[in-house]
Amino acid sequence: MSGTDGSSVATPAGKSSGGANGAVVKSEQIVEIVSDSGEGAQKAGQTFGTISAKMGNGVWTVEIIPAEIKPPARSKAGASGIRVRIASDNVTNMGDEADLVVAFNEQVLYGRIEQHAYKKGTVVLLENKWAASPMAEVQKQYTEAVKEFKRLGLDVREMPLEEKCLEFMPDPRLGKNMFVLGMLCSIYGRDLQKAADEIAVVFKKKGEKVIELNRSLLQAGFDYGRTQLSDLSVEIPPRKEIPPQVVMNGNQALALGIMASGMDVVAMYPITPATSVSHHLAGTFHRAGGILHQAEDEIAAIGFAVGASYAGKTACTITSGPGLALKTEFLSLAVMAEIPLVTIIVQRGGPSTGLPTKVEQGELLTAVFGATGDNPKIVMAAATIEECFHFVIVARKLAEEFRMPVLLLSDANLATGVQPFPRPEPQAEWLASPFDQSPWQEGVRAYDWDHKTGMSTRPIPGQVGGEYVLTGLAHTEESKVAYEPEANQFGCTMRSRKLASFQSTLRTPVINGEPEGDLLVIGWGSTLGAIDEAVANLQADGRKVSSLHLRFLSPLEPGLSEIFARFNHVMTVEINYSDPADDPLVTVENRRRAQLARLIRSRTLCDVDCWSNVHGQPLHPRDIYDEIIGRLDSTNGGEVK
Amino acid sequence: MIKKEADWIQELPPNQYTIEDYDGGEARWCPGCGDFAVLSAVKRICRDNQIPPEKMVAVSGIGCSSRFPHYMNTYGFHGLHGRALPVACGIKARRPDLDIWVATGDGDCCSIGAGHWIHAIRYNMNITVMLFDNNVYGLTKNQSSPTSPQGLVTSTHPSGTWLPPLNPTLATLGFTNVSFVAQTVDWNPPHLYATLNAAYQHKGLSFVRIMQRCPTFTPNLFDPIINDPTRLILLTHENGIEVEPAVEKKFKNKVVHDPSDMTGARDLSTLEGKLAIGLLFHDPNTVIYDEFTNHGLDMDAGDKLKAVREEIARFAI
Repeated sequence: MSGTDGSSVATPAGKSSGGANGAVVKSEQIVEIVSDSGEGAQKAGQTFGTISAKMGNGVWTVEIIPAEIKPPARSKAGASGIRVRIASDNVTNMGDEADLVVAFNEQVLYGRIEQHAYKKGTVVLLENKWAASPMAEVQKQYTEAVKEFKRLGLDVREMPLEEKCLEFMPDPRLGKNMFVLGMLCSIYGRDLQKAADEIAVVFKKKGEKVIELNRSLLQAGFDYGRTQLSDLSVEIPPRKEIPPQVVMNGNQALALGIMASGMDVVAMYPITPATSVSHHLAGTFHRAGGILHQAEDEIAAIGFAVGASYAGKTACTITSGPGLALKTEFLSLAVMAEIPLVTIIVQRGGPSTGLPTKVEQGELLTAVFGATGDNPKIVMAAATIEECFHFVIVARKLAEEFRMPVLLLSDANLATGVQPFPRPEPQAEWLASPFDQSPWQEGVRAYDWDHKTGMSTRPIPGQVGGEYVLTGLAHTEESKVAYEPEANQFGCTMRSRKLASFQSTLRTPVINGEPEGDLLVIGWGSTLGAIDEAVANLQADGRKVSSLHLRFLSPLEPGLSEIFARFNHVMTVEINYSDPADDPLVTVENRRRAQLARLIRSRTLCDVDCWSNVHGQPLHPRDIYDEIIGRLDSTNGGEVK
Repeated sequence: MIKKEADWIQELPPNQYTIEDYDGGEARWCPGCGDFAVLSAVKRICRDNQIPPEKMVAVSGIGCSSRFPHYMNTYGFHGLHGRALPVACGIKARRPDLDIWVATGDGDCCSIGAGHWIHAIRYNMNITVMLFDNNVYGLTKNQSSPTSPQGLVTSTHPSGTWLPPLNPTLATLGFTNVSFVAQTVDWNPPHLYATLNAAYQHKGLSFVRIMQRCPTFTPNLFDPIINDPTRLILLTHENGIEVEPAVEKKFKNKVVHDPSDMTGARDLSTLEGKLAIGLLFHDPNTVIYDEFTNHGLDMDAGDKLKAVREEIARFAI
């Protein structure tokens, strides 16, 4: 897609037909608003997405985030904003190239072009005030950029966004986002009343005056679009008869899941991109009987949660990669002493502080293996925003049932992506049971392991006769420090056996597509939508490709070897590092594969290949498609022929 | 056999706990270790306050003194190096009915867990913290501790430690929201008992630094003070820690110190060649974190479900 001349614009694709009122009917559209940070692009885009969801469209929004809080204005690397994908059907990922972009300056657009965000024919609605900038340098940059964008085949429309807003406010920098929202509403035939209602919600805290001002800007943008951009009109028919929906991002879904699971304590330390879960809880968690503890550090956060859980209260800690590294000692204590605990990890780019705001699935192996000694824990990953909600409830139950830590993986893609999903109806059984304070049954030991399953019931402080001292040292069934070598062997066996017990309750994963073929693609986490879309396109092209998506990573879902045997090749698609197979010095033996591939190979002894990168971006369906086509058509394309 | 009890036998209340009710496993400290004195003082306090064993949790980190929970017949949590305090706070946060005692050493509290120490003082939760300060790492065999006196010969500083010791009492007095700071010594059991009992009664985090000798590595640590009783100063005050008159009489050097006087407390914590024991600082009007974390304990499933439904409705389309 990218050429040596700097061109990074793909050829257009997509279905369309003529619609009523001159609007072109399309099954989907991808819209971006890009700006310097702090110009309200995300607020406009989120609102646009919400209005579209309320009109019955499938929606996926993803924030475009620069790594710095306040990057220099008008810089390529400073591109901030949002992408909104709207469709007649359910949307599961951010898609490929955008159909339309609103840009508040030309430099940020360069940044997005470099990231292959657009194709030939993408409409660019560009703020034109720079053409009249008092700074000659800026004028020159702008003029050259417009020429370059047109050369690349973009459909550039220059327009006086700020000038139009000047009628309403002295500093249009702060208001043009709502003008743009109005423009988008007119282009895509959005219900203006729904937009006005949404503005009231968004600006509720700012008061009636601000709401009115923004509604005026919305109307002005709408009128401008109707009169000046009517040739761009697109109709995206809504889905029919969908069940009641909610719309939110993954971190909001985690927060609501925490509340719906009856969690009692959430202890955390701020870390991007996990922190906003706590923002959503901060004002509301107490209403569901929970408390949010902002600890002094990551270690104290998990320690506080472990303490609460030991005392019979359901507890959870939330972090990202660097925080997970700090928490591993407590995680191994929770394994050793069999303390139920939910740890939510919203992954970001690594290693070290890495890419704080970017997408990566780099914590899988740390989650599964990272702690001292042998540390069997349950590791699961949400693949959708809806799963972010429901998996917290599952994780809490598993933690208590199996008396062990459960790690729930999400990532920056789910954290900031916004999508509608069927509205959950909270159930009493989702809540934790009240903690037991009845007298402890005589003769039952603190770790009275069932030898077959490794499972046992724990005494809770306050239970008469249950007094025991929990210890991280190797211990006996009575929780006494073990001095016999066999005692440690036995304890490790019992704790490990719980994972086998749990795995025996899991179902074989569902295959998307034919149960046999040339290639099986395996994914986990937030890549589900992009992989499914790529695989659907491959299947439509007659390729014998199927996919499956894992939710449980430790223990792995059962039956994988049998499934793999029915395909000529098996590969994972992931967002984490792997050595390209054709790198110099890389051999079949020393090749460091993507994390799920390594895990599956070790568990199944199958020759599982992988394709992954660490660009920090969600995967585009087209990139997956192209990679797989390349491999299927190649006679010696690495390990997959 | 006489089945009927004589009518002159006084019936004990059903929950009359004795010292033995708090006896846990046999303590494996070195003979002569000050930890034994603390253990027996705590058991006496438990009995005297009739703390139900199932309602007490002894929390510790790692080290000799952190073996403490194993020797109590209550609930216990023997966790990680330096992390007793976050665990204790987490337990207390949602279980106001439990009495939390923390056993932590000078390495555990003032070195590997120092960050938690600062913040636990600031949270000021209703727990009793006993700092077993023997100025050395015992369990791992004679390494320097942050409170080792300058020049102490240890396994990690064979020519003597280079730095002046950290003063945990002075440091604690400097932490925001501090509410109770006392010092005592392992060789005066009545004072040890009185101090820990006063700490237990305090609402908020009570921090008691117990000066003790390690019989193996620092047996002569306090010889100058033990050999010259005038160097050991008993703090007295009507708002201070009350000791029996017979005990008080034995002190040759007494100072009246008002525990609300922070400046005086800081001066008394930094005496050269002398040691002040008793209540250095007490502020009963500090913010207590438990009051925030105890929110909503009585909420039932119906209330919770209602709140969750309302929250979900906010995202409805």
